[in-house]
Formats: sequence, structure tokens, C-alpha cells
Amino acid sequence: MATGRDDFVIAIRSAFLKKKDKQKFSLLTLIFLSVFVIVSSNLNFKAIQIIKSSINEVIYRSSFFISIPENYIKDLKQNFNEHMSLYENYNKTKIELENLKQNKLTDDFLKIENKKLRSLIDENIESKEIFAKVLIDKESPYLKSVVLNKGSSDNVKIGMAIIDGVYLVGQIIEVNYTNSRALLLSDLNSKIPSVLEPNDIQAVISGTGESFGIIEHTQEEYKKDLEENKIIAYTSGLGGLFKSGIPIGKMSKDTNGKIIFFSDFTQLNYVKITSYKIGSEN
Amino acid sequence: MSSLNKSSFLRIFLSYMPLVMLFFSVFNELDFNYLKLDYFSFNFVYLLIFFWTLRNPNHLGYLPIFFAGIINDVVVGIPIGISSFCYLLLCSVTAYIRNITLSPNFINDWISLLFTILLINSIQVIILDLIFLIKIDYMSYLINSGFTFIFYPVFFIIFNFLNMQISKQPND
Repeated sequence: MATGRDDFVIAIRSAFLKKKDKQKFSLLTLIFLSVFVIVSSNLNFKAIQIIKSSINEVIYRSSFFISIPENYIKDLKQNFNEHMSLYENYNKTKIELENLKQNKLTDDFLKIENKKLRSLIDENIESKEIFAKVLIDKESPYLKSVVLNKGSSDNVKIGMAIIDGVYLVGQIIEVNYTNSRALLLSDLNSKIPSVLEPNDIQAVISGTGESFGIIEHTQEEYKKDLEENKIIAYTSGLGGLFKSGIPIGKMSKDTNGKIIFFSDFTQLNYVKITSYKIGSEN
Repeated sequence: MSSLNKSSFLRIFLSYMPLVMLFFSVFNELDFNYLKLDYFSFNFVYLLIFFWTLRNPNHLGYLPIFFAGIINDVVVGIPIGISSFCYLLLCSVTAYIRNITLSPNFINDWISLLFTILLINSIQVIILDLIFLIKIDYMSYLINSGFTFIFYPVFFIIFNFLNMQISKQPND
């Protein structure tokens, strides 16, 4: 019995402390080092933050260059698929364009009216936009985020909105000197205060880790509206980070309670990093 | 003479293959960990580390594994050090198995892999969810563990072939 225990102790000791010919460090040293890295990377000291930021800079850039061949193949595949469905898309787009032209006339009038009403209550929204390229869109099964090529040197700050066209796709969660990381709406940790139109119901859109979102913290009444028409989710502007009215996604009775995001997060190449300053003119 | 040089170059090239594959998979966006298929993902890095540290640790050192973990954390966006810690735990299990086993057996290795992955993923979930309060999908971890276990025999054959090529003596 004692011999068995001795063997176990010897095997454990040998596994953790013995170095092979080509190993420079024992396993135990490196395990302690990784625990030290985990703890220290979360301390809010300036020196540690600078080191962490430098590591991020180097690795993001390297990862971007190493991913070039794979991204090229991905683009090639996408271009091929688009080419094959060109005629079908052309016919669909023609019909859509005609409808949009008609809707635009109404929208133009609403925009002017909205501007007039805002000026009546002395409210103005200033926005600052920075165009950024997506460096890495590595979606792990656990975290949904993208790395952008603009950082603190371009005045990017934590909390700024990421817009694809006119659609919200996420917000900045980490800023380095020349790049930053944005958390996508689909991430489990993403929570966006929103408003469900047409009935103006306040809600929170949460990410699920999949390509859709879910509605939380809201009245159950929205389900009644779902039977009749489709629901569009916009940012509500609560919390002050985003302006109200940025389109997020849509929901209909066919989507089984899921919010389908307008933007396809797997196809992001260029995005706008936007900050809003909402306040009165005086 | 030329063929001798060629063969030695090939052997050197092959001997660095585990290291190249490790860094390529943590740096690159395509890492088999997420092939954008619903309910399918497996951790290629775990399989790579498990096989090489168990069967031929001379070609995959602990220090490169530590750095690969750091890179993986930065690229994926989880707190730095967690993947390194998990990879090194995997190494410690393989080092223990190596010490207690006289003749390596595929089935024993395969079963140990299942328990090791479940242990490592549980530790990762505990660190991320309970300490860093990052919400994670438990089902993704479970599916990932399952497929990583299922795919081991396929990669065992590939890695074993590569290992035999590397271990071949010049006069073989």
C-alpha cells in the first residue's frame, strides 16, 4: 500500500519537476508563471496595462498577417457564390429599389420634421465617426468579438458603438494604441437597451452566443404584436452610450422569438466606430 | 550526397511540424475550434498537445506551449494566461501518464484524454464564469469536449505517421 503511494508521489514529482533534455523550464515553474500572468493581467497597474497592450498589438498584427491566405480563400469562395447568383439577385434588387424609392420620399419628410421638433426642444445629437478595418474576426465558440485597426491613437474609447452601414453590430470593450476589440451583439455578455417598434416597448436585447439575439426584461405584450406584424428592434438610447433609433434586428412569428440581427457578423470587413454626444444646444 | 542532404532537411522540417501546427492554429483564424457549424467544434490544440507531449515530448516543449496559450488568449479575447494554464495542466497529465506507463496503449491514452479534457474544460469554465464573471455557453464546452474526444483516433493516425517519419534514423 505504502509502495503504491510512494510510486504515485514519485510519478507526480517527476511529472511536475523533472525537465527533459530540451525543456528549459519545469512544468511546475510554467504553471506558476501562468497563474501569475492570470492574476497580474487583471491588476489595474499602468505598467501591466502597457505590457498587456503591447502584447495585444503584436499578436493582433501577427494574427492578421498569418490569416491573409485563409482570408483570401474565404473571399474567393464568397465572390464565386455571389457571381453564381448574380442574375437572381439583380431581379430581387430591382424590385427592392423601386420600393425603397417610394419609401424614401416619406422618410425625407419625416427627417425634416424630426429635425424641426428636436430644435424646438433644444436637443441635438453630435456624432463622431471613425472608419475601421476588421483585422481579426475569430469567433470562438465562447466569445464573439472582432479586432479593429483603430485604437487610442485615433481617439477610440471603450463603449463606442460599432456600426455596419446603418446597423448596430457591437461596442468597443478593449482599446490598445493602434487597435481595439469590439464585443459583438451576438456574444452572451452583450446587453443592449432597446425599443421594440411599432408599439414602443422597452426591452433589453441579449446575445446568445449564436447568430441571433433574445429579448429580455420586457412586457409580454410584444408577443401579441408579433402575431400581426413584424417587430423591429432599435437602440432606445437609455444608458447614454448610443443614440436612439439605431436598427439592431427584426423579429417575426417565423423566427420563434429570436431577434435576427440585420448585419451579418461573419461578413464584416469595414465598420464605423461611432460616439454620440447627446445634449441641449445651450 | 544530394539525396542525403534532402532527407536530412526533410527530417528537420518535419521535426518542427508540431511546433508550426501549434502556432499556426493559435494564430490563425481557422483553428478547427469553430468551423461555423451548429453543434460542432473540437479543440485541435488539445489533441496536438496531448499527442506530442505524451508520445514525443522532445518536439513540443513546455515553453512554446506556454507562449501558444498566451497567443490563443489574446486572439480569442479571454483573460491572458488561462489557455496557458489549461495547456500546461494537459501537459502535466501526459507527463504523469508517461511516468506510470511502461508500454503506451492507444485505448488507455484515449480514455485518459476524455477525463483530462473534462477536467481542463471544467477548470476553464470555473475560472471564466465564477472568477471573471464572463458568461459562457456550457453546451458549447460539452460539445467541444465530446468532439475533441471523438476525433482523437483520426489525429492519432496522422500524428503517429508524422512521429514515425521524424523518428526514422538516417540508415533506416
